[in-house]
Amino acid sequence: MGTYLIRRLLLMVVTLFGISVLIFVLLRIVPGNIADILFDAAGMVSAAEKHKLEIELGLDKPIVVQYVAWIGGLARGDFGYTYVSEQPALQEILPRIPVTAKLAGLALMFAIAFGVPLGVMSAVRQNTALDYVLRVVSLSGLSLPSFWLGLLILMAFVQYAGWIPIYTEKPASLWDELALLSIPAAAVGFRSSALVMRLTRSSMLEVLRQDYIRTARAKGAPERTVNYNHALRNAMLPIVTIIGIEAAFLVGGLIVTETVFNIPGVARFLVEAIRWRDYPVVQNLVMFIAIVVVCVNFLVDMTYALLDPRIKYQD
Amino acid sequence: MAIADEHTALARPGNRGAGLSRSFGYFVRRYPLGAAGAAIVLGVVLMAVFAGWITAFDPTATNSHASLARPGGAHPLGADFMGRDMWSRIVFGARISLAIGIGSTTLGCLIGVSIGLLSGYFGGWLDLVAQRLMDMLQALPLLVLALVMSAALGPSIENVIIAISIPLVPTVARVIRSSTLMLRELPFVEAARAVGMNEVSIALRHVLPNTLAPLIVLATAQLGSAILVEAALSFLGLGIPEPYPSWGRMLSESAAEYVRTAPWLVIYPGLAISLAVFGTNLLGDALRDIFDPRLRL
Repeated sequence: MGTYLIRRLLLMVVTLFGISVLIFVLLRIVPGNIADILFDAAGMVSAAEKHKLEIELGLDKPIVVQYVAWIGGLARGDFGYTYVSEQPALQEILPRIPVTAKLAGLALMFAIAFGVPLGVMSAVRQNTALDYVLRVVSLSGLSLPSFWLGLLILMAFVQYAGWIPIYTEKPASLWDELALLSIPAAAVGFRSSALVMRLTRSSMLEVLRQDYIRTARAKGAPERTVNYNHALRNAMLPIVTIIGIEAAFLVGGLIVTETVFNIPGVARFLVEAIRWRDYPVVQNLVMFIAIVVVCVNFLVDMTYALLDPRIKYQD
Repeated sequence: MAIADEHTALARPGNRGAGLSRSFGYFVRRYPLGAAGAAIVLGVVLMAVFAGWITAFDPTATNSHASLARPGGAHPLGADFMGRDMWSRIVFGARISLAIGIGSTTLGCLIGVSIGLLSGYFGGWLDLVAQRLMDMLQALPLLVLALVMSAALGPSIENVIIAISIPLVPTVARVIRSSTLMLRELPFVEAARAVGMNEVSIALRHVLPNTLAPLIVLATAQLGSAILVEAALSFLGLGIPEPYPSWGRMLSESAAEYVRTAPWLVIYPGLAISLAVFGTNLLGDALRDIFDPRLRL
């Protein structure tokens, strides 16, 4: 286990290093460096001033030096400077994290609360009308773009409620905030719940054919106990994986949903930074996302060993 | 859904010699949902091919008199702020969506298959490097990677295709690699080696064709997500540039403000995206049940 952990952690470092190089290089393919962009924005033309700015930003140094400076800064918690609001990037990012975290948490709760029970139901009643309806609904969950679903929800609110659940200013209480966020969370969570449901269904179908399920039924265990205690517990492993992956990959759905509902979260900030061509911030945000994904993947693997005593990580 | 169905296995051999129409009839009866998906996909393809025939307006032609025209009359689905006909834009948008979807899926599969086959068949350090590369690409959500790549490459149709194809690569490479690992130990590969075939031709002529079944299933599933990612990129204004009528872009132009005043601008493009993706997903599910019942997607 110890050696496995060390190897696993080393691989994580290698992966993150690779991503950092990839992102760094990608953002330097962009025609025009940040000095050009700032200049375009400010409308200044003096070549000397531009050169001064390049030196200030360290753009005159070799690319390797720039890379090392970036990683060194990240390690010290220096996220650079956003050129648009002229503030340290960390000050812009930190207050946005709780908003996105709440939204993601609510979306995941939505996904689990609907996905798991409906998946079990669908599997237990395989090939009935209910199963067909649930399968079509879950497939449509994978097909609707979440930003469109968000727009439809907004439209319904405009039509029938007369107000729009848009995040204008920070809500008074946590409770208000969660209530407000639950609507966009449903728009994102619909897709995740569809994924969870499909996987729960197929995983349950496999388990339900096992002998010990027949044994449990034969000894007279009630249907509910068989389905949830005997079958679901053993079908949980792939479900936990998909929930973990969804948790990390939720960012994709959040990007568009935060844009639609005007929520001041990290995901929307990434799009804004890309639009403003504020590449130092983009670079740091993408790195931050990659770190979260890699850590969540690691945690999921570790949960396996907890959930299934048969799994032992060896060297 | 992931369970092998005894009917499939039993019915297929008997069906081999039957004519095309009979196997088509069988497909429709056995997989009604898959057949519905195939019909939707076919509909979108026909729409894209015959776009010029079934529309009355140029999708990019503006007309100030028709600005925000309600659905009905000359504009069955209404017109947008610039007076461009929605029906024409949606029909021509099918071309863009399909071009991007098929283009990026094909490119992603080509790269993924090459990497998967090489690393699975030859193994060694090549495999090690390839696997780490795939780890890296998989550590970023599809949309995030596509966003950054599309921003870095600049907005154009080709660049959007590239930006969407790269995030699709790791899944393909992983699936092809694992089936290659299994295939290369089978007796027919050993037999080919015994007759003196060289390794490259064994990999290409004997291993590759056998990985086709999971590839078809995977490619169909990825076509749907490629269309969705294109829509999201264009919605965020970082995908297909003007003047091409992209479904996602149509939603970004008409987003929040038209929710109140011109709901048709919000409803129809989203409906088009959802239907196209829903069709590919239905078809993909049926194909998976036929080709590779154990694959979980």
